[in-house]
Amino acid sequence: MKLKLPKITRTTLALYAGASGDHNPMHIDLDVAKSAGMDDVFAHGMLSMAYLGRLLTANVPQERIRSYSVRFTSITPLYAEPTATAQVTKVEDGLTHLDLTMELADGTVTLRGTAVIEGELAA
Amino acid sequence: MPIDPQVIGTELPEFTVDVERGRLRFFAKAIGESNPVCADVDAAKAAGHRDLPVPPTFFFCLEMERPADHPSLVELLSIDIRHVLHGEQGFTYHAPVHAGDRLTFRTKITDVYSKKGGALEFVVRSTEVIRGGELVAELHNSLVVRNPEAAK
Repeated sequence: MKLKLPKITRTTLALYAGASGDHNPMHIDLDVAKSAGMDDVFAHGMLSMAYLGRLLTANVPQERIRSYSVRFTSITPLYAEPTATAQVTKVEDGLTHLDLTMELADGTVTLRGTAVIEGELAA
Repeated sequence: MPIDPQVIGTELPEFTVDVERGRLRFFAKAIGESNPVCADVDAAKAAGHRDLPVPPTFFFCLEMERPADHPSLVELLSIDIRHVLHGEQGFTYHAPVHAGDRLTFRTKITDVYSKKGGALEFVVRSTEVIRGGELVAELHNSLVVRNPEAAK
């Protein structure tokens, strides 16, 4: 399962900041980002996790998702075009285990995670 | 200043938040979710939901809805928000949650540790989400605090 996301722009981050309630200025205010030594703002990690969540709920009824966990391995820069991927690793005791990744066009993996789904994925 | 490990076990003041349809619609728009189940109550009901469903990561957003007089974890520990990175995030789901539900959030600091000689500090917290006495979801969060001074 894959989901290719559109380019992350400043508008994407402004909308996500407002909608999520995460107003950390590092994601929306260039002046603050520069004051912390960054060249520019960068995407909220949770935006990537929300995109991967979309991939899950597009393929599985949400009430069957038992758990969903990720580790953020790299910052997602502005203008990135990430691709979310989910792969079944095993089906055991009525549960389907998925490995999840978010990868940028240059091959950088920004997020790795797992999800556990009740039952099997629909054929 | 290093984070005092004494804060392990500290519970943040619990708070209650109402899940609102408008917030869920705005969130769906912001993450590019076009499934009508996430924005249209009739579509949600046709798909077997009581109301608009809370998407998998939105509990993290609701957790930030604490009242203005409740300090956030970052404020409580006097952390410079510019130096915070999100390390890990996990959710465990016990029951579907929908718009119209009233949720109580109970958060506890479960671990504090440092790496690279204090250049990176980690604050780990767990949160229980309760609806009418029922545990409906749990959150697991690890924040990374960069300490540029300690790295020198």
